[in-house]
Amino acid sequence: MAEPVFALQNVDFAYDSGQMALQDVSLSICPGERIVVLGSNGSGKSTLLKLLDGLYYPTGGELKAFGRALTEAAFADDAFNFAFRRRVGLVFQDTDVQLFNASVFDEVAFAPLQLDLPRADVTARVEAAMRDLRIERLRDRAPHRLSGGEKRRVALASVLSLGPEVWLLDEPTTGLDPRSQSWLVDFICAQGAAGRTVVTATHDLTIVDTIADRVLVFGEDHRLAAAGTPAEILSNSELLLACNLTHEHWHRHPEKPDGHRHLHYHGAPHDHGHERTG
Amino acid sequence: MASARGAIERTLAEIGHVLEQSLFAETLSRQPGLLQALDPRVKIVGLLALLVSVSVSRNLWVIGGLYGVALALAVVSRLPVGAFVRRVWLVLPFFTGMVALPALFMTPGPTLWSLPFDWVITRTGALTALFLLTRVGTSVSFALLLIWTTPWNTLLKALSVLRVPDGFILILAMTYRYIALLLGIVDDMFLSRKSRVVGKLSTADERRLLAASAGALLGRSLQLSTEVYLAMQSRGYRGRPRTLDTFAMTARDWAWSFGLVALAAVAMVVGQVGG
Repeated sequence: MAEPVFALQNVDFAYDSGQMALQDVSLSICPGERIVVLGSNGSGKSTLLKLLDGLYYPTGGELKAFGRALTEAAFADDAFNFAFRRRVGLVFQDTDVQLFNASVFDEVAFAPLQLDLPRADVTARVEAAMRDLRIERLRDRAPHRLSGGEKRRVALASVLSLGPEVWLLDEPTTGLDPRSQSWLVDFICAQGAAGRTVVTATHDLTIVDTIADRVLVFGEDHRLAAAGTPAEILSNSELLLACNLTHEHWHRHPEKPDGHRHLHYHGAPHDHGHERTG
Repeated sequence: MASARGAIERTLAEIGHVLEQSLFAETLSRQPGLLQALDPRVKIVGLLALLVSVSVSRNLWVIGGLYGVALALAVVSRLPVGAFVRRVWLVLPFFTGMVALPALFMTPGPTLWSLPFDWVITRTGALTALFLLTRVGTSVSFALLLIWTTPWNTLLKALSVLRVPDGFILILAMTYRYIALLLGIVDDMFLSRKSRVVGKLSTADERRLLAASAGALLGRSLQLSTEVYLAMQSRGYRGRPRTLDTFAMTARDWAWSFGLVALAAVAMVVGQVGG
């Protein structure tokens, strides 16, 4: 069996203020897996991704990546830091946080330049990433002047230029219009199909079964509440309700193509020509 | 109207004006024109040389001539000359004028004008103030030429190529970037306040609201800076920023480079002759 990309054993994380963000989390993620981390706001999803990216360190338990413990001391070693950063890329939820360079070209070139890749290689990677994400026309634009969808593409390109084996995506569909959201789902699927490990934190249930092989659910108590296939998790209404991931007015019709998920007001006309089933 | 509504609207208008100015400069820098087409390194070196010649000149005619050069460069770069002149000379009296004012009265020399209460403007004082105003006005004009004809990111990259420390450039870039972002946040904060304020607020309430807004903004900016640093770390930043130089000098760039530096050198020599 392949060595897990990430292995967490009884991991706790508390902020300096003492506020707990994650409690007693044990899980492992294997190479090539497509994972969705589900949880309501404040359940610890973003914190988990930052731990997996070596930006925060556990305050309890042990976190290993590629067989090595992720600690401050490990990242003080330049060789390890470079190797890790080349392999793991994190796309932040807030694109304004991620896009800090003066132009789109500089933004996409930032990571390969920091990792001391040869200049020609940097240029080739930047061009390829901009081409793949169809943002060549934005190359000289200031990232903060772009639309939400364009910013998201640039944020993805800024990580794609690294060519990471592991993608960590924090609420990637937030604030996107339907077309951009659909495009993003395709992008995530393409990364998974290319054999990369993709961990997506979200509370958007509509994309889960498309982008995940396995789902990890976090409760409002910051603990891992459940893990399973998308079908197992999405059909468990009690779990979703308990973890504040759904509401009784949100339901699916499994007998219909693609499950026919929707939200409606009970008591209002339900004119879909079928009975409510879930 | 000194109501909360008035203060909010004034603040919103100011924010809008700042954002508009930054967009205006960016639009100008991307339109066709002589300076826009030059390599940014040539502009930095050439205009810096002219700035030095303005500051060391002791001849008002030379300074006036150099201001004429700045105006000519603005014209051939298709900049709006009216706005270019107003931008410098409408603001200048408030800042430089305040500094120059005491010199009018305090510099010893022959009397130029006698004012009531035994106040006297001396000829030497007037000349000193005039030198200060024209030097600053011309220097600011050259700086404005650089800013209005060079996209901000290109300017930063050019500074990097000219060996300005990378850390300094990164701070400049991020400051500019996040000023725009924070202005957007302030704009949202004041708009949301505007939507909820009904009637007049007392001055004390207005002060409290402004203080609360400032506090919220400070908290947001601290949170933002922490997150940005994490985002930089995530992509391999270890305290040593690196940039990619993609500039290429053409024969025209070299010609303008020599031309501007030569003009500055001549102005420096001629400017040493008092006038």
